[in-house]
Amino acid sequence: METLISSVLLTLLAVVTVAIARQRNLFGVVALTGIYSFLMASVLIVLDAVDVAMTEASVGAGVSTVFFLAALQLTRSREQRPAHSVALPLLVSVGVGAVLVWGTIDLPPFGIADAPIHQHVAPVYLENSVKETMVANVVASVLASYRGFDTLGETAVVFTAAMGVMLLLRGRRRTRGRAEGNSDKGEAP
Amino acid sequence: MNFDVIPRVVVKLTLPFMLLFALYVQFHGEVGPGGGFQAGVIAAGMIILYGLVFGIEQAKQIVSQRLVERLVPLGVLIYVGTGLVAMLLGGNYLDYSYLAHDGPHGQEYGIMAIELGVLVTVSSSMVAIFYAFVDRAR
Repeated sequence: METLISSVLLTLLAVVTVAIARQRNLFGVVALTGIYSFLMASVLIVLDAVDVAMTEASVGAGVSTVFFLAALQLTRSREQRPAHSVALPLLVSVGVGAVLVWGTIDLPPFGIADAPIHQHVAPVYLENSVKETMVANVVASVLASYRGFDTLGETAVVFTAAMGVMLLLRGRRRTRGRAEGNSDKGEAP
Repeated sequence: MNFDVIPRVVVKLTLPFMLLFALYVQFHGEVGPGGGFQAGVIAAGMIILYGLVFGIEQAKQIVSQRLVERLVPLGVLIYVGTGLVAMLLGGNYLDYSYLAHDGPHGQEYGIMAIELGVLVTVSSSMVAIFYAFVDRAR
């Protein structure tokens, strides 16, 4: 049953990805990206990663969709045809994809219990989380306590992103033509 | 923005529940899925939804731009400050064990404090980015 659900979700993900690549209307692209995020959240729930699924659903499908729509107000809503042939980018993408798939061949089988990643620090966290931190959700205790420095970095990244957007978008408008040039930049990340 | 009555009424009815859910995700994150990041995004989503339906000026009456822009660094400062307090009480930076009479309680308080910092920075950053885009488009 789980295999069936995963296959259906992954097939739908592939279909949505191709649709995003072929869609020229950017409103359509934004809607499809939202669908992609919800599918991805479902995949993560199948993988029992509920914390990540919740983040994907709220950030990927929720807030980013609104930000994309807000950015579309500042730009044209139709993607221009590529100026060059798509052969080279396609070749690079297929090449990189093939290398990544080749890299997965050496990985231990999916879901196996004695994979190296489950042998290192994971058992220590699982055993000691409640005893040492009184937090039952090991994801929370790893994020906030055992890996507190990483989370501090992530918070700083969010802070920097907000500052960057504000600096780019809230600067004083000069002439009309200049302002449009600036708003193109704001949409880039 | 002149919308139909239905989205206005529905949004007004759902806003308190969104805020309640955000608080649940924040404080229940130690037991179930969730935490400061997810709760921050949900809380920001509430303000953003309100702004989308009622207009940005109305949203700014609830949470002013001034306040939002001060909250973005405040969250990082709460996080950094928790680490510094742990240091002043004799531990290493971000070693919450020194925040209370015994290690596990200190860890629990420390985790709550830094999750609060994450919540403040994430929610205010999302709202600030939303305000910046909408102001630019006008």
